[in-house]
Amino acid sequence: MLRIGVDVGGTNTDAVLMDGRNVVDGFKSTTTEEPGLGIINAVSTILDKNKINTDDIQSVMIGTTQFTNAFVENKRLEQVAVVRLAYPATVSVPPCIDFSDNLRKIIGENFWIISGGYEFDGRQLGDWSTDEVVKVAKEIKSKDLKYISISCVFSPINEEQEIETCKIIQEHNPDAIITMSHRIGRVGFIERENATIMNSSLGKLADKVITSFKDALKQLNINSPFYISQNDGTLMSADIVKNYPVLTFASGPTNSMRGAGFLSKKSNAIVVDIGGTTTDFGVIKDGFPRESAIPVDIGGVRTNFRMPDLISIGLGGGSIIRNNEGKITVGPDSVGYKLDKESLIFGGKITTTSDIAVAAGDANFGDTSLVSHLDKNIITNSKNEIKKLIEDGIDRVKLNKDDVPVILVGGGSILVKGNLKGASEVLIPEHSDVANAIGASLAQAGGEIDKIYSYSEMGREQSIENAKKDAIQRALQAGAIKESINIIELEEIPLSYLPSGSVRIHAKAVGDIF
Amino acid sequence: MIELTLDNLEDLARGTAFLATGGGGDPYIGKLMLKHQLEQGKTVKIISPDEIDDDTFACNVLTMGAPTVFGEKAPNGLTSYEAMKKVEEILGKKFNAIMPIEAGGVNATLPLVVGALSGLPVIDADGMGRAFPELQMVTYNVGDVDINPLVVINDFYETGVFHSRNSSSGEWLSRAVCVRMGGICQVACYPMNADQIRNTSVHNTIKLSFEIGALIQQARNDKNDPVEEIIKYMGKSNPPRVGKLLFTGKIDDLLRETVNGWTRGKMYLKSLTNQDTLLVEFQNEFSYAKLNNDKVLAMVPDLICALDSETGEPITTDGLRYGQRIKIVAVSVPPIMRSEKALKLFGPRAFGLPFDYTPIEEID
Repeated sequence: MLRIGVDVGGTNTDAVLMDGRNVVDGFKSTTTEEPGLGIINAVSTILDKNKINTDDIQSVMIGTTQFTNAFVENKRLEQVAVVRLAYPATVSVPPCIDFSDNLRKIIGENFWIISGGYEFDGRQLGDWSTDEVVKVAKEIKSKDLKYISISCVFSPINEEQEIETCKIIQEHNPDAIITMSHRIGRVGFIERENATIMNSSLGKLADKVITSFKDALKQLNINSPFYISQNDGTLMSADIVKNYPVLTFASGPTNSMRGAGFLSKKSNAIVVDIGGTTTDFGVIKDGFPRESAIPVDIGGVRTNFRMPDLISIGLGGGSIIRNNEGKITVGPDSVGYKLDKESLIFGGKITTTSDIAVAAGDANFGDTSLVSHLDKNIITNSKNEIKKLIEDGIDRVKLNKDDVPVILVGGGSILVKGNLKGASEVLIPEHSDVANAIGASLAQAGGEIDKIYSYSEMGREQSIENAKKDAIQRALQAGAIKESINIIELEEIPLSYLPSGSVRIHAKAVGDIF
Repeated sequence: MIELTLDNLEDLARGTAFLATGGGGDPYIGKLMLKHQLEQGKTVKIISPDEIDDDTFACNVLTMGAPTVFGEKAPNGLTSYEAMKKVEEILGKKFNAIMPIEAGGVNATLPLVVGALSGLPVIDADGMGRAFPELQMVTYNVGDVDINPLVVINDFYETGVFHSRNSSSGEWLSRAVCVRMGGICQVACYPMNADQIRNTSVHNTIKLSFEIGALIQQARNDKNDPVEEIIKYMGKSNPPRVGKLLFTGKIDDLLRETVNGWTRGKMYLKSLTNQDTLLVEFQNEFSYAKLNNDKVLAMVPDLICALDSETGEPITTDGLRYGQRIKIVAVSVPPIMRSEKALKLFGPRAFGLPFDYTPIEEID
């Protein structure tokens, strides 16, 4: 059972060949303008090297930062028609109000706030009517807008109005690509609507990128199904991503953490990803990255995405070492990609963390003789300082007082040796340089639910039971095998300042695809 | 006079989050509502209570309900103004100014939206000097200001008018209607004349928000410790206040429950340098802080704020998480909030706590 995992990043495109739960081989190459070419390059290298017949490839999983990057850079985005079902509520906050001027210009001001929506207890808010939606559908047609976002107040409780509205608009605009907010986010209207609009703005690019991926696989003569990883570590089929590119946001760090967890065989651990300029600290809980509880800004736009909860510090292989009268400081600035010119071991003039690692004999690259003059105290103090930074980061992301396994990945893992405070053990697994692609190849299918339930009417137990059932149903729809599905998250959030016994329940179910 | 602009809006939002002392709802939506008004070319004038004319007649406007609902169902906007007009109609007298009832959270920004819509100035003073969960918890009651007529309105302009026997009853009745109105409603109440504004409100709290917000940002830019800067600043504010850093630590345990619509909870902090622990209890807002399960270091109505230990960003009780590094800061409140009558409304005993009020200056 062979699988291929691919990670299409901003700079690198990595591929791994997996046989069941074993890593057969990994390969790093460069990302290309047309992303498919980088995939062809990486995958064909790995297939040729291992003499694999493409008929034996069961599936391909791709993780990509293409959509995140496009949105953050405001590139290749489309005009969007925004249809909001909420009137008379919400008019005090029109769509896109918090987007940058440049984004607002790109997305345009094609907004309709029409009657509709629900109350928190499921009653109708405004009087939704077919006539009003038909009128909007015709206006969209006359404006020739193809990418459409529909957001309805409290649609996570009841998606019916969004679905009905979508049907009508689609009838009048057969070519339109429509995104409904209940498919994108949870309770928190502006954040959910923002994400829906982001998704629509990426519609054209999504089609292009997925087509490019498909063509690449065709050229490679791989006919198996392929999947794209989401930000929560689960997978979507490629055709779904065409409609929901926004759900791939931040899948990079998620894949890297899941890959690290897999390589080390730990389902609860702290992952420390040491790169060239920064180090990311994250937590894997039950095999999945812990999610952030605070709103996440992407390209300056607030969303309520499920994102891994990461801490980043300015420590990496290129971090600059300074000696202030005997007191050593490390970073937070770095020589970055100029490491191979500016660091001592490559004939430069700046002392970096890599120079220290080489001088200490922990690593062997560059010209060792160029750091032989470094003072022993400086080396020891620098190493201690680096260790302290990492130990502090570990402590900041820890779930509780207990020591936990710490997994080091990324090129910068040479910077630390030996035990770390707070770590029950320190692991540097093999293949950790392609942890992203491995993470992509492992992903599962999931479903989640986020609704407000009335405990006074339904009771707590029944409410929780219903929430779980709905989450499992969604995981099944996403392709999970029934027997393998588990509820991995269950959260009750009471509605404060209201004496009505209403509670918001968030439940997530995941299961294996293979 | 202070003029609200697109440039100082972020400062205001951050400052109101600080004064919300952990509750009051996320100021994000309020900030967006104001941004929209300013982008439409509307202006907001904020005047000091020292500058008001003797014929000033102001109305308190606010949003009542659950922050979660507010975050999903932003209001229509115009309805708050409409509620105020309904009060005018009943009294047969026009308002010429607007008052915020609260200095922290959503209700610190909403009156500014009404100021933009109506063109009326907003008075830089309020009834809580922070955030509190209920309508009767205001200094106005120290001077027996009548809460009535109390008007509630929803997005459909459906209106309810209460002539309640007292402010606590007004709170009780209107909150029941609030649930039926979909979990949030707009409220206009506590009409006040110039003397009442001068004598029964907490002064200069909007200015305080602007300054705290700007200070935190400035400290970040200058790579200074925002918390240290806030504490230094408090002595220079008008009126001067006492600011204290109570504790620096990480959240070691967190318990939450909901009782009658109130989020109650306990947060346990552990020092990063020694064995000290701090317990901070909350009832929507932070109500007291106790060191080593022994000594109460600060209590309502003094402000107790949780700030991110590095960025100084105020954290609401909803945003608290295990492992967070935070600093707990206490700030003294002006004398009007410490009178016997005021403490009956919102001192420790009003929150069911088993001790009497001691100002933070008297605790070492």
